[in-house]
Amino acid sequence: MSKAILYDSTMCIGCKACEGACAERWHLPYDDKVAAEPRLSAHKLTAIQTFGEHFSRRLCQHCAVPTCASVCPVGALQKTSLGPVVYDAEKCMGCRYCMEACPFQVPAYEWHSRLPKVRKCDMCYDRQRAGKLTACAEACPTGATTCGDRDALIAEARRRLAAKPGDYYQRIYGLQEVGGTSVLYLSAVPFEQIGLRTNLPQQPLPQLTWRVLEALPNVVSVGSVLLGGIWWITNRRDEVMRAEGGKAR
Amino acid sequence: MNGRTLPRFTIWRAVFAILMLAGAYATYLRVRYGLGGVTNLSDQFPWGIWIGFDILCGVGLAAGGFTLVAVVHIFNIERYKPILRPAILTAFLGYVLVVLALLFDLGRPDHIWHPLIMWNPHSVMFEVAWCVTLYTTVLSLEFAPAVFEKFGWHKPLGWLKFISVPLMILGVILSTLHQSSLGSLYLIVPNKLYALWYTPLLPVFFYLSSICMGLAMTIFESWHSSRAFGRDLELPLAAGLARVLAVLLMTLLFVRFLDLGERGALGLLRENRTETWLFGLEIALLAVPMLLLFRRRVRWNPSKLYGCAVLVLFGFIANRLNVSITGMEAGSGTNYVPRWTEVAVTLAIIALGFAVFRVIAQYFPVFEEHRKAGDIARGPLTGRVSAGSTPEESQQQPELTAPFLGG
Repeated sequence: MSKAILYDSTMCIGCKACEGACAERWHLPYDDKVAAEPRLSAHKLTAIQTFGEHFSRRLCQHCAVPTCASVCPVGALQKTSLGPVVYDAEKCMGCRYCMEACPFQVPAYEWHSRLPKVRKCDMCYDRQRAGKLTACAEACPTGATTCGDRDALIAEARRRLAAKPGDYYQRIYGLQEVGGTSVLYLSAVPFEQIGLRTNLPQQPLPQLTWRVLEALPNVVSVGSVLLGGIWWITNRRDEVMRAEGGKAR
Repeated sequence: MNGRTLPRFTIWRAVFAILMLAGAYATYLRVRYGLGGVTNLSDQFPWGIWIGFDILCGVGLAAGGFTLVAVVHIFNIERYKPILRPAILTAFLGYVLVVLALLFDLGRPDHIWHPLIMWNPHSVMFEVAWCVTLYTTVLSLEFAPAVFEKFGWHKPLGWLKFISVPLMILGVILSTLHQSSLGSLYLIVPNKLYALWYTPLLPVFFYLSSICMGLAMTIFESWHSSRAFGRDLELPLAAGLARVLAVLLMTLLFVRFLDLGERGALGLLRENRTETWLFGLEIALLAVPMLLLFRRRVRWNPSKLYGCAVLVLFGFIANRLNVSITGMEAGSGTNYVPRWTEVAVTLAIIALGFAVFRVIAQYFPVFEEHRKAGDIARGPLTGRVSAGSTPEESQQQPELTAPFLGG
């Protein structure tokens, strides 16, 4: 069973307890100044954002087929069977293709470090493996962030949509975006109004490059034979010409 | 030729010294303060001109190597042989400089070798890393004969000759793969890259344009070496390449507009946005030299030919920067302007390329004259080059090459 997080914007009071718990879990400094930063960064792996009277929460979406893991040349990013997408700094060479490619613009970089790492939420992989909740879900006082099995959370989200149809925009964000993500959102208003990207395809993005990459063995084999053949013909033509006393081109 | 130091030369040396000093200082800052201390990159915009120019343009500009290897050794069109070695040298230096630039751009340059042992075949970047590594090796072997000839090592020359055909074919294949893959890198950002540039055909366009860049770069580099070494330009050869270049440019522009129409993106050209204007600039820089190069008078005039080659190079540089920077800004919700240190490193790397090319071309048998006379004496007006030209073209040659001898 793969784990997921459900964030219900209608229940969020913007207290930022999740931010604090997250910073503590990563041993990152957290004070009023950091709390006021609206963006994700290398020292802020989840962020509560305010859109008028609505709140939103940003963190790694933990895609079912993660773009970052597909583009990483050294496999430093991996999707675990448990759900979280995890990062291995020992492998990373810092090409930052994951940041360029991530459709949610989540991975952040330690720009001012001399041995920089990519930083992003790992859905508390270690805690979840030990059967504990994520730090953010544990800290949330209202139940706006909950964590559990993805299927169970989807069922719960549907139950809420059906129970109070007037309170919700009738969709679950993350169900199908880029093939589905392990972070799901409910909101009172359309998702673009709480800062989420809604121009994403429903197919996983890695297909777009895999379609080309899987053709490479054919390019190599057909190309070699073709070029070898052209060389043989043109070379042979010159040889024959030379043998007949003519001048090579 | 060492005694021939013109005043103009000293200016260039001063420019070179300034660029190298600025580059050295920027390098110190890069090492001392990390990427954040010297670049305007951000989490929203992680790739700047070190990727957009140094890598994307650098690899493209080095494409003359594989293009001419294919022409001379696979299609056996021997008359282009005199410009093969300079093209291979340009390519080899190009790749070495690309790797150098990568050391600046990677967050952990000490891990640059990781893709060789940590595999992810789903990653375009992984494929590019392997192809560039292998192709740089191939290029060093393709250029090695010049070194062996210089020192009179005949045995390794024989070995190289033995493996040369498979080696050349391998080089062309590897180039095909990674030149197109640099375009494939951007297939993964359909929601970020502006629709004037995002197309499933990106790999095809990058590949075709790399061949154009290779041809234009070969013309550019033979013009410069003709001036620097007081040789005559291999004009019939350069003009021949220019004709192919014009046809390729036409094909490329035609297919690009066809693709824009097919995707319904032509309407975007009516919008008054930065993207539209920079797209227009890119197209103009390609279309104008294309039209000019279809004229025989332009192809056979060294200065005009050179001017066209430069326009084409700028056109494709604009293209690569548009894909990697202009086109990514709106989708990333941010603006990016490189910091002076980023520009300083890039300029220093370019200057280094010119200087090293010059030194190698001076001491190793890169140009035909070396191999014939063992000296960089000025060639006669006609003679060697006329072997390659068609009868009707060779008549025009003397008057046309004359201006070059002054340089």
